[in-house]
Amino acid sequence: MRIGLFATCLGDTLYPDAVKSTAVLLARLGHEVVFPPGQTCCGQMHVNTGYQREPVPLVRNYAEQFGDASIEAVVMPSGSCAGSVRHQHEIIAERYGDAALRSGVATVKAKTYELSELLVDVLDVTDVGAYFPHRVTYHPTCHSLRMLRVGDKPLKLLRAVDAIDLVELPEADACCGFGGTFALKNADTSSAMLKDKLAHVTGTGADVCTAGDSSCLMHIGGGLSRIKAGTRTLHLAQILASTRTAPHVLTEAAR
Amino acid sequence: MNARETVLGRVRDALTLAPKPPAEVPRAYRTGRTLPDADRLALFVDRLVDYKAEVHTCAADETAATVARVLATRGARHIGVPAGLDRDWLARFDGTVQEDHADIPAPGLDQLDGVVTASRVSCAETGTIFLDGAPDQGRRALSLVPDLHVCVVDLSSVAVGVPEALARLTPHRPTTLISGPSATSDIELERVEGVHGPRTLDVIIRTDA
Amino acid sequence: MSSTFLGMPAAPPRSPYGSGNLRGDEKFPKAAHHELRNDQLRRNLRKATHTIRGKRLNVTAELPDWEALRDAGSAIKTDTMNRLPELLEQLERKVTEAGGTVHWARDADEANAIVTRLVAATGSEEVIKVKSMATQEIGLNEHLESQGVRAYETDLAELIVQLADDKPSHILVPAIHRNRDEIREIFLKEIPGVDPELNAVPAELAAAARAYLREKFMTTKVAISGANFGIAETGTLSVVESEGNGRMCLTLPETLITVMGIEKVLPRYEDLEVFFQLLPRSSTGERMNPYTSLWTGVTPGDGPQEFHLVLLDNGRTAALADSVGREALNCIRCSACLNVCPVYERAGGHAYGSTYPGPIGAVLTPQLAGMHAAKDDPNSSLPYASSLCGACFDACPVKIDIPSLLVELRHQNTEQSGRTVEQAAMKAAAAVMARPGLYTTAQKAAGLGRVVAGRDKKITRLPAPFDGWSESRDLAAPPKQTFRDWFASDEGRATLGAAAREGAESRAESATPATDDSEEQR
Repeated sequence: MRIGLFATCLGDTLYPDAVKSTAVLLARLGHEVVFPPGQTCCGQMHVNTGYQREPVPLVRNYAEQFGDASIEAVVMPSGSCAGSVRHQHEIIAERYGDAALRSGVATVKAKTYELSELLVDVLDVTDVGAYFPHRVTYHPTCHSLRMLRVGDKPLKLLRAVDAIDLVELPEADACCGFGGTFALKNADTSSAMLKDKLAHVTGTGADVCTAGDSSCLMHIGGGLSRIKAGTRTLHLAQILASTRTAPHVLTEAAR
Repeated sequence: MNARETVLGRVRDALTLAPKPPAEVPRAYRTGRTLPDADRLALFVDRLVDYKAEVHTCAADETAATVARVLATRGARHIGVPAGLDRDWLARFDGTVQEDHADIPAPGLDQLDGVVTASRVSCAETGTIFLDGAPDQGRRALSLVPDLHVCVVDLSSVAVGVPEALARLTPHRPTTLISGPSATSDIELERVEGVHGPRTLDVIIRTDA
Repeated sequence: MSSTFLGMPAAPPRSPYGSGNLRGDEKFPKAAHHELRNDQLRRNLRKATHTIRGKRLNVTAELPDWEALRDAGSAIKTDTMNRLPELLEQLERKVTEAGGTVHWARDADEANAIVTRLVAATGSEEVIKVKSMATQEIGLNEHLESQGVRAYETDLAELIVQLADDKPSHILVPAIHRNRDEIREIFLKEIPGVDPELNAVPAELAAAARAYLREKFMTTKVAISGANFGIAETGTLSVVESEGNGRMCLTLPETLITVMGIEKVLPRYEDLEVFFQLLPRSSTGERMNPYTSLWTGVTPGDGPQEFHLVLLDNGRTAALADSVGREALNCIRCSACLNVCPVYERAGGHAYGSTYPGPIGAVLTPQLAGMHAAKDDPNSSLPYASSLCGACFDACPVKIDIPSLLVELRHQNTEQSGRTVEQAAMKAAAAVMARPGLYTTAQKAAGLGRVVAGRDKKITRLPAPFDGWSESRDLAAPPKQTFRDWFASDEGRATLGAAAREGAESRAESATPATDDSEEQR
């Protein structure tokens, strides 16, 4: 399958390892990964902060970059960005776009997937041949869980990983407190939420806390780093890309 | 313009300003359910007990004996009854009976040890008894003020679920839904049975009536 | 002024500034900052919300048709809003036919004045009250007090709040922020003649409230209630409760005055079969609440012989005029969204500054009272009091998409705010991101963040407006190479090529006839 890879602005700039792993994983599964270089950002931060006119060019750019019919599916290692494309782009286009934008948005929306959705639903694979001999706990990010409804797809993928020691995260479905600009505008409340999440994460004794979204991992990881916890964060894609021949090596604290 | 016209005008303006979304009401939830007597009884009793109601079952011809036994157990010597209650139910009760009428003030009801009433319909799935103010159930104050309510329920009047029970009601009648004794969870979400309504609810289910 | 004369619809007004309880004194982040320091409050809230969450999940999972009930509930409310004018007129007609009197109130002040006038007409200087959000919203108790009428709250939690001269912090459990020891102290101090040996045990505290209010129930001639539902088809009103204080108020006094928001009307009596299942299970996590009262006007010989229904607008029509925001009017005040909200759980209800706290409050309050009624209006901060985690949407029995409403209200806020620093920054960011050339330049600039990072590649202190972040979180230093640079590099190409080869080899190895068969069968 010819798959368009949307790196997301955060992944491209700050967390490239998660995107690299996504590309490597798809290549290993026999798919062609295309990266339209004109791509930038989905505009989620704008929309979630209350700005809908400003991201119109971003919505248009996403539709143009991935509109090509030869791209059969678009994948991104982020539940919240996929959620933005699927749930918010339409609203923006409807309100501030033209007919061309509305139709472009509808076309790309239909083929946009978060990583675990693409793997399980579209590519019909749960065992991706990964090997990861570490204790891992999974945080189901809010937008993956409740906006995209990925359900237990990420866990299915993780359970199939060779040698993994997967431990359940207590109160897993509770928000980590990130919420984009929420963490800045309501920093105290956000910190209080994070504190509880960190207690649950470290309580599992996991080497790695994983999730399908670099933004939430940035938040949880930033907190774990501050309290100097032994647990580090790693994107789901990085675990799935790890194999016996090219295993991920846990050395530094994950980004 | 008066307030009525203003508010209604605003509502109409609002609906003109914002397009109405389509609203076809899907009623795919369960209605018209039936269950055999034994199953309905078991479900109803389970739910009543869960809400800390005291449950007694008997045959219709044992009503008087059961009522007398329940009242004796509760130490109720002076009870109130609605005017239309079947007085045969009290044939074995040896205390005093005050027949209710609208002129008795609330403090007068507060002197009663308890009240015995019939019921209109019940809902097994939620353990709810519906009173509708019919002559055998009396006015609402009667089953509210005394601290003990002994309520007689005929199994034939026990519906399976909420829709089935509501379907048997007459809307304009003053109706009270009772699920167990009064309760509160206002202090640390800890449930306490018995606040302002009757603190004791005895339900006598007549299994062949 | 109105469509009747001009044929042009006018945007309905919001609740007038300065009336009622729909606005706090400070913005949410500041208010939350104070509340978060109250460890007792945090413990109380955590215990309470977690307890009720579990109960709700148990009793909703028990019904195989729970989702069908939610769908029906949602659609009934949408249908109601679509037909609101005719339904209100029908309700008015039916209540009047049944011996009641219907009053209309444009706003809080008008509703307060109507109720005060009705109470004065009875000659009573005391009223007993059933817990009601609408009367809380309009500040009725305070108004009655100013007019020389003493209002006694009879719901246990409302009584606690009233005795402590406090404010409710939860829709269902207004004293959720108080624990048993605090309540005991309040009772000892405020209830005349209470047993000084009173223990901090819920059952004993409830018994003390019973004894205190018993005499009020028996002697007070006027009661004031809200309504959970008003049925247009029959004129029937309903109050859903637990303690029996509702039944007392609705039954024993001579006069009953019910204040009901216009959005509480339901078309058909049959609709109750949906809401009597949705509400208790979502609210208290019970299969059914202990008591529900249904009454239609006046019944000779049974209950109050005088009945007044006050229909309240107070900003509801303003919400109705918003095609997105109007969904908030579908709320049945179950409070499930509060109990699952991680923000509410930490900040508590007072931080919202309104009668309506939590996620639903964050979307309802700004719509009823506006977000820019004054300079630095605290209500403008409410749509941001959420991480958009979506737990509220899942819990809502009438499927109000609260996260989408929050995003919409944030948009309305930025549109109404004029030019701000934030808007300029967002505009600049979008301008850069819209042009791949500028974007990659900006990425390189972001890479400069490495110079502020420590030797451990961590950034531990950030400047405003990012300083809130670095209070409790580090930020990893930006990497040397962006993904796009890697993808275009020889290393990137080589890595992807190697992965493709590795995958192809392992597929070739494991390709056995058995798997081929299974492939074909699919």
